Amino acid sequence: MLAALARVVAMTLKELTQLRRDRLTFGMILGVPVMQLLIFGYAINADPKHLPTALISRDPGQIERNIVGALERSGYFRVVAQVSGEADAERLVAEGDVAFVVTIPDGFTRDLLKGERPQLLIEADATDPAATSNAVAALAQLPRTALRHDLPNLVEQPGFEVVVHRRYNPEGLSAYNIVPGLLGVILTMTMVLMTSLAVTRETERGTMENLLAMPLHPAEVMAGKVLPYIVIGYVQVAVVLLAAKFLFQVPMLGSIGLLTTALLAFLLANLAVGLTFSAIARNQLQAMQMTFFFFLPSILLSGFMFPFRGMPDWAQVIGEVLPLTHFLRIVRGILLKGNGAPEIWPEVWPLLIFASVAWTVAILRYRRTLD
Amino acid sequence: MTALAIDVEGLTKRFSGRTVVDNVSLKVPEGEVWGFLGPNGSGKTTTIRMLCGLLKPDGGSGTCLGLDIVSEAEAIKRQVGYMTQRFSFYEDLTVKENLDFVARLYALPDRRKQVEVTMERVGLAPRRNQLAGSLSGGWKQRLALAACMMHTPKLLLLDEPTAGVDPQARREFWEQIHALARDGVTVLVSTHYMDEAERCDRIAYIAYGKLLAIGTVEEVVAGARLSTWIATGPGRNDVALRLAGVPGIATAVFGPSLHVSSTDAEALRRAIEPYRNDPRLTWREAQPSLEDVFIHLIESATAARGKAA
Repeated sequence: MLAALARVVAMTLKELTQLRRDRLTFGMILGVPVMQLLIFGYAINADPKHLPTALISRDPGQIERNIVGALERSGYFRVVAQVSGEADAERLVAEGDVAFVVTIPDGFTRDLLKGERPQLLIEADATDPAATSNAVAALAQLPRTALRHDLPNLVEQPGFEVVVHRRYNPEGLSAYNIVPGLLGVILTMTMVLMTSLAVTRETERGTMENLLAMPLHPAEVMAGKVLPYIVIGYVQVAVVLLAAKFLFQVPMLGSIGLLTTALLAFLLANLAVGLTFSAIARNQLQAMQMTFFFFLPSILLSGFMFPFRGMPDWAQVIGEVLPLTHFLRIVRGILLKGNGAPEIWPEVWPLLIFASVAWTVAILRYRRTLD
Repeated sequence: MTALAIDVEGLTKRFSGRTVVDNVSLKVPEGEVWGFLGPNGSGKTTTIRMLCGLLKPDGGSGTCLGLDIVSEAEAIKRQVGYMTQRFSFYEDLTVKENLDFVARLYALPDRRKQVEVTMERVGLAPRRNQLAGSLSGGWKQRLALAACMMHTPKLLLLDEPTAGVDPQARREFWEQIHALARDGVTVLVSTHYMDEAERCDRIAYIAYGKLLAIGTVEEVVAGARLSTWIATGPGRNDVALRLAGVPGIATAVFGPSLHVSSTDAEALRRAIEPYRNDPRLTWREAQPSLEDVFIHLIESATAARGKAA
């Protein structure tokens, strides 16, 4: 009995010593909970406020000011743009610059005063139903708060009617938002993990020494490592898109060819992250831990799980750096909004910048010798 | 004078402040087989890695096959065959797939045939579809040697190729090395086996990063100026124990005999005097073996380091 205890103690001590040697694992044991605490505690907010809103006003005046004031007082809306035409408003929604477009039609004040119950049109970007549903619910109070001061007699009846158009996802199905998003999540996971493991495996098994001794350029090793995973990535894309179409009936309004092209930038960005990890990690376990450290903020801060606009500024800044954030906007934009190349370009170039920086780091970190 | 396959001067390598290879100079003529000996951690692997461009020397310079080891490392890689100490081919690929991969990397003409010929030559053909990971030590070694020779290198750098390989396989391996040398290939092979050292044209002995001896086996033995006495009999272990601490005297027990060596013949005579009349032992003065010389070299190097530190 005592001997068994001594053996368990021996094993425990050995385990602790090994753990202490592996700094990275040790850091992860402390780092991951801290990161989770910070993200879940401070960054995530399922009830986003101050959503950017565009205003098309065909009836300027006191009532317009009252409506805008009431919208902003609700806490959910922030008028960031005043546009003159539908086309401009359309572009703002497509590119994701605004979540709502409020249209005050011609003669709104006149009709209101005549008691003809005019319509106030509110178009909501419903690609992510969770992000806009609370704001839409708050609109029920809008006529009351807008008219309370200046036209209290109109507050009850007949007032005005708020017409809400849920754009892109009229039924508010969350699958429309999540399934395309999953595409990005799956790709992030496999691309980063597979490449970081693939190169680290060579180092761990000692085959890297052999590769370095043969006439192979680092760029050639990297290209050879990365190409199979690009193919695998596209196979995954095909599987997810087919499932999205036939199992979940996700609309596919835009060009799949455009999506395929934009995907390449996203794949390259993730592959470079994987290569960088593999150049730093000394074994496959470390590579896996680093992947996890990248993956966690990617799913939490990109707008995949929680509304991007609900996060505080610092979290949005981190989110803007992550490739997944931009890819989510691209894939949702193309599939649900039918966006074309001009609309997705603002999300493509950050991916390209990320990819070039990550590739530079990966190439610099890759060792040509064993030093 | 024949051309030099390896011609390096003052090679030095430090790892985080520790000098692992210290001012090593080697001149290996083409077509010779050189043995590279020394205790574990003496800098053999590091030296070999510098020769084939895997490590950048911190000091010194030189050429391999006439190419600069620093600036022309890429060109050297194309003409040198390097066999790592640890098996470094893919255990999850078959014999044939491994060879095929290497053949592609070197862009060998007529690749399929080359791979076939190579497998036939080293006897791996029946195991072509076996995973490299499931091969025994001897077969792994054959595969590794075959792979690093497929591009017909002019210089072979072999890092302890026969470690953990049975005597039969080792013999066949050395027959292959000598066959290659006859074709003009230069070979630098590191080893811990004395019998292998004796198969080499010349040997270089390194300890604590410093080259201590270079030459043919006879030259190295003669150069050590060692006197050796051999005592045979049941009392050898007691004597070995008593002589172990005597400065300048190296002892080693080989089966029934004890070898006692020193560079100072007179001191040696005095040291063994008390045991000369032990009836259990028979003493004779002998030619020192290569192993005696190496034991002496490492012991005096260790003593010198102790003094320096």
